[in-house]
Amino acid sequence: MSRDIFVLIEHNQGQVSEISYIMLAAGRDLAIAQGSQVIAILFGNQAENLAQNLSADKLLYVNHPALEDFTQDAYLITISEIIKSRQPGVVLFGNTTIGSDLAGAVSISLDLDLASSCKYFTSDGKVVSQICGGKIMVESNFSFTTTLITMLPGGYKPELGQSDHPPAIENITPPSLENLRIKNINFIQPESSDIDISKEPILVSIGRGIQTQDNVELAEELAEALGGVICASRPVIDQGWLPTSRLVGKSGKQVKAKLYIAIGISGAPEHVEAITGSETIIAINTDPKAPIFDIATYGTEADLFDLVEILTHRINQAKGNR
Amino acid sequence: MKILVFIKLVPDLVEELSIDPNGTALDTTWMRMIINEFDDHALEQAILLKEKQTADVIVIAPDVEGVDEVLFTALAKGADQVIKLTGDFSNANNHAFARAFTPYINNIQPDLILTGVQANSDIDGSIGPLIAACQNQPFIGYVSGVILEDKRAIVRKEYPGGVIAEMSVSLPAVLGIQSAEQPPRYVAVSKVRQVMKTANIEEHQFDAIDISGSPKTNRMFQPETSTHAEMIEGNPDEIADRLVSVFKEKGIL
Repeated sequence: MSRDIFVLIEHNQGQVSEISYIMLAAGRDLAIAQGSQVIAILFGNQAENLAQNLSADKLLYVNHPALEDFTQDAYLITISEIIKSRQPGVVLFGNTTIGSDLAGAVSISLDLDLASSCKYFTSDGKVVSQICGGKIMVESNFSFTTTLITMLPGGYKPELGQSDHPPAIENITPPSLENLRIKNINFIQPESSDIDISKEPILVSIGRGIQTQDNVELAEELAEALGGVICASRPVIDQGWLPTSRLVGKSGKQVKAKLYIAIGISGAPEHVEAITGSETIIAINTDPKAPIFDIATYGTEADLFDLVEILTHRINQAKGNR
Repeated sequence: MKILVFIKLVPDLVEELSIDPNGTALDTTWMRMIINEFDDHALEQAILLKEKQTADVIVIAPDVEGVDEVLFTALAKGADQVIKLTGDFSNANNHAFARAFTPYINNIQPDLILTGVQANSDIDGSIGPLIAACQNQPFIGYVSGVILEDKRAIVRKEYPGGVIAEMSVSLPAVLGIQSAEQPPRYVAVSKVRQVMKTANIEEHQFDAIDISGSPKTNRMFQPETSTHAEMIEGNPDEIADRLVSVFKEKGIL
């Protein structure tokens, strides 16, 4: 077994995902501590150009039409072959719609240990993962065989995984990718008729704490008073109270607001990763241990049902509307 | 058509969580367990599929305090059969559960297995890809729509930024559900009580669990974050006033 750190580069529709750079930055930290190399792995169809700004000592590239877009079975066969023959120390996957589909299956197929939701590595070489919506951290050891890890954003800066010097490319012959069971039919782009919350400077965002559809109005009035727009975390969208275009989070939009007010949002990692680019975050949540307070600029434990209406009123007063 | 739904109970994050004296696991003594919300969506998706075409929905869950009510609720919602795996699962991880289900899955031979795309207590990956790999079946996660056709399913897989990939997968297959096409339905407690009187939970004893597949846990801890919000105290009027001055400072008002 080598001590090399393999990083599976994630890309979608011709774009390298940010998590790939974060993993390269994390991999570099580990490699320096262990005196090993960071090896990027890229699967695609005529996609070598995606390697241009990856910061890695080397890139293993597998070219095949079946690898143009992510499908779990084609990726599983290909990555398993590479891990078996190269036996790296660590393989980093994104804790994402791609990496999470894959890592567990590799773990079972190759009988390797998997630690999921890793946030960072300690300087003495431990894996620190985040569970229970960010309320509990788990520190584990690397295994004696290849350790598989899925990584969350937040622990490393993506810029540190980028470089002006593209890595040397080693082309790898693809395995047989016949009789695949999953096929990509097409991509459906989000509806563009609604406003784009990723470009809005003032956002009032609601979560599970809003409780009922009728209460959404409270947040709408606040947003209106501030000249902003309303958006939400997953539970609200799943209830159908707001359209998917207003979803902030892992499978929704990343926002970079001047002001982001999180109302009744606990701050699960899937949500937090999408709002940290905002300038000022204000959290309103009755749970003093809600992880949202760890990233917010200002917080209050006041009950939203006591506070929001009064706040809207005060804002309108301040604007001289009343 | 047989649809198997795997359900797991997870810590209720609204409650205070604490770590056991060994420092390597959650203290379950007072922990309230609830259905993993994504598993609830998986169950809903299964029942929606059953309503569109003939299908048997079979729900399987490991025995944890509170699981009977979850399983009776599943029956009240429209599941046809519920199975509880009993045994000592105090150390069990997802790898162990995925392996434990293998004989039952082989026995039932479902066309489709649905489970939540993730659970808040996952430390060794989510369970869907593990079950799929144990069965040598394909897996698609982050699914928010399923149409069943003859021998294949057409699914909608979510990508960041609101992009959706439409994919086809040959059956049998395992899907990790992000959200059902409709929010999980509500059933009245009285209906669940009625089901409890007549229906049965099948029990299967499970003796040995194999937890290999996750690295050894050194310790668990509650995050001591370096940053924390500046907390605004006081009555709602005072808090509102302070926030208004924050908005003014930031040039928003």
